[in-house]
Amino acid sequence: MNEPRLLEANGLTLHFGAIPALVDVDAQLWPGEVLAIVGESGSGKTTLLNVLAGRIRPDSGVVQYRAPDGEMLDVHAMPAPALRGLHRSDWGFVQQNPRENLRMGVSAGGNVGERLMARGERHYGDIRAEALRWLAEVEIDADRIDDLPRVFSGGMLQRLQIARTLVTHPRLVFMDEPTGGLDVSVQARLLDLIRSLVARLGIAVVLVTHDIAVARLLAARIMVMQRGRVVETGLTDQVLDDPQHPYTQLLVSSVLAA
Amino acid sequence: MTSEIGGYNFAYLDEQTKRMIRRALLKAVAIPGHQVPFGSREMPLPYGWGTGGIQVTAAVLGADDVLKVIDQGADDTTNAVSIRRFFARTAGVATTTRTAEATVIQTRHRIPEQPLREDQILVYQVPMPEPMAKLEPSRAETRRMHGLSDYGLMHVKLYEDIARFGQISISYDYPVMVNGRYLMSPSPIPAFDNPKMHQMAALQLFGAGREKRIYAIPPYTDVRSLDFEDHPFRAIRAPHPCGLCGAEDSYLDEVVTDNAGGRLFVCSDTDHCAERRACGHVGDDGVAEAAE
Ligand SMILES: Nc1ncnc2c1ncn2[C@@H]1O[C@H](COP(=O)(O)OP(=O)(O)O)[C@@H](O)[C@H]1O
Ligand SMILES: [Mg+2]
Repeated sequence: MNEPRLLEANGLTLHFGAIPALVDVDAQLWPGEVLAIVGESGSGKTTLLNVLAGRIRPDSGVVQYRAPDGEMLDVHAMPAPALRGLHRSDWGFVQQNPRENLRMGVSAGGNVGERLMARGERHYGDIRAEALRWLAEVEIDADRIDDLPRVFSGGMLQRLQIARTLVTHPRLVFMDEPTGGLDVSVQARLLDLIRSLVARLGIAVVLVTHDIAVARLLAARIMVMQRGRVVETGLTDQVLDDPQHPYTQLLVSSVLAA
Repeated sequence: MTSEIGGYNFAYLDEQTKRMIRRALLKAVAIPGHQVPFGSREMPLPYGWGTGGIQVTAAVLGADDVLKVIDQGADDTTNAVSIRRFFARTAGVATTTRTAEATVIQTRHRIPEQPLREDQILVYQVPMPEPMAKLEPSRAETRRMHGLSDYGLMHVKLYEDIARFGQISISYDYPVMVNGRYLMSPSPIPAFDNPKMHQMAALQLFGAGREKRIYAIPPYTDVRSLDFEDHPFRAIRAPHPCGLCGAEDSYLDEVVTDNAGGRLFVCSDTDHCAERRACGHVGDDGVAEAAE
C-alpha cells in the first residue's frame, strides 16, 4: 500500500456539545478502494462521512484529498467554490434517503443531467443521450426518462440517485446507508448494482453502514467505530472473521444471532 | 395640487433615502446583474404598482430630466399615467410619451422598440428579482448559487421544457447571463425584448420594492439569454405585420375588435406605432380605420 492515497484524514475530533462524535480519528482511502465504516447507531459514522466530505468542519484534525493533478488539497481549508466544484464533478454523495438528493419535481432525465449541466455542458442532445445511458446502467427503463421521481418505488429512487451521482464519473463517492430502509430483496439487487458499477468504473467509495453484511459484500477494508472512536480497522474479511476488539466481536456475534 | 405635496421633498423621497438608494445603485452598476439589497421604503402606491421602480426613478431623477413611463408598452394605462403624474407633481419634471425625448424611462413589461441612447436610463419595475425563486425556494441557497456561479439548476428547467414541449417554453421573464457572470431576471418583459438588453447604450436599472432588491446593467454589457447549443434562444413574435403601422419587426399585442371574434395585431409599443404612422407607414387595418 505504498500507492499514493486518494483521501487521508488525521486526528479528527468533533464534539456536539458534550457528545464526542469523533475522537482522534485517522482514515486512509486508496484510489478505487471501497472502505466501509461500521458501528451501531450513534457511533459517529455519518458525522465522520460528513467531515471527510467537507460538509462538517471538525474541531481539530485535517482531511486531505489528492486532486487528479496529484496535489494534496486540504478539504477544510480550501475556498468554498473549489469545494463545491469537487462535489459537483470529482466527488459524489449518496444519501440514505434519495429524496434529500433528488429533485422530486424534475424528471428522471433532468435529475441525471443536472451535474452535467452544472459542469457546463450545453448540448441538449448529448445530455439526454448520457442520461439515457445512465438510466440503463441503473436498470431504469428508457421510457421512464421523462417521468417524475414521485412515481418511482424506493429501490428505483435509490438507483436514480446513483445514476445522478455517477454521471460525471466521480473518482470518489461517499455513501450513507445506501440500502437502508429498503426491502431485503430490493437491497440485494441494489447491492449487486453498486458492487458491479463501482468495480467496473474503479470508483473509490467511503461507505457508511450499520449492516455488517453490506460491508462484507462491498468493502475491501473496514473501520469499526464506537462512541466516536475507531476501535478496529483492517481488511474486511480478516476483521469480521477474526475480530480483535470486544466491541467488534459483539457486532459480529449479534449479526450471527440475528 | 401643489399645496398637497408642499410637504414632500423633490421626487417624494427624502434626500437620505435617495442617497441610500444611489449607493445601492452604484454597487449594482459595479457588479452587473448582482442583486443588491436596499432599504425599500413605503410608497404611496401598493406593491405590484412598481414601488421598486419608482424608488429607483426617484433616486436618479434630476430637475432637468424628461420622464416617460410605460406599462405593457403603452403610455396611457392607469399604472403608467399615475406614476407619470406622481413625478410630475412631486418633482415637477417634464414628462413625455416619446421615447426619443425621454431621458429616464420607467417601464413595466416592455423595452421600447426604438434603440436607446447613452444619455437615457431605463428603469424596470421588478416583481420577483430572483430568477431561480420558483426552482429553489431557499434564499440562502440561491444566494450561494449566485456566489459560486452555480447555475446548473436553471439549465435543468430549460432541459425540462425541451423534454416536455420540444422547445424552451419561457415567453416572459426569460433568464439571462449578465457579463458572463450573474444569472439575472430581466423582469416580466417578453423574451422578444431580451436581445435589446445586450450591449444596450443606455444604463439599465432594476428595482424590486417588495423584495427589496436593486440590480443593474451598465451600458454596453453582454447580456445573453440562456439556451442550449442545439436549441438556441429565439426571439418569438406573432407572425403578422402591425395592423396600424405595418411594422414587421415590432412586438405585437392581439386586440379583439368586435363581438364576432375579429382580431387585430398591433404594436405593443404605442409610441413606436404612432411615430411610424406619423412618418406615413400604414398597416392593412390602419387604412380601414382612416376610411371610416
Ligand atoms: N448536528 C448534531 N447536533 C448534535 N448532535 C449530533 C449532531 N449530529 C450527530 N450528533 C450526535 O453525534 C453522535 C454521532 O451521530 P452520527 O454521526 O449521526 O452517528 P451514526 O451515523 O453512527 O448513527 C450521536 O450521539 C448523535 O446524536
Ligand atoms: Mg448515520
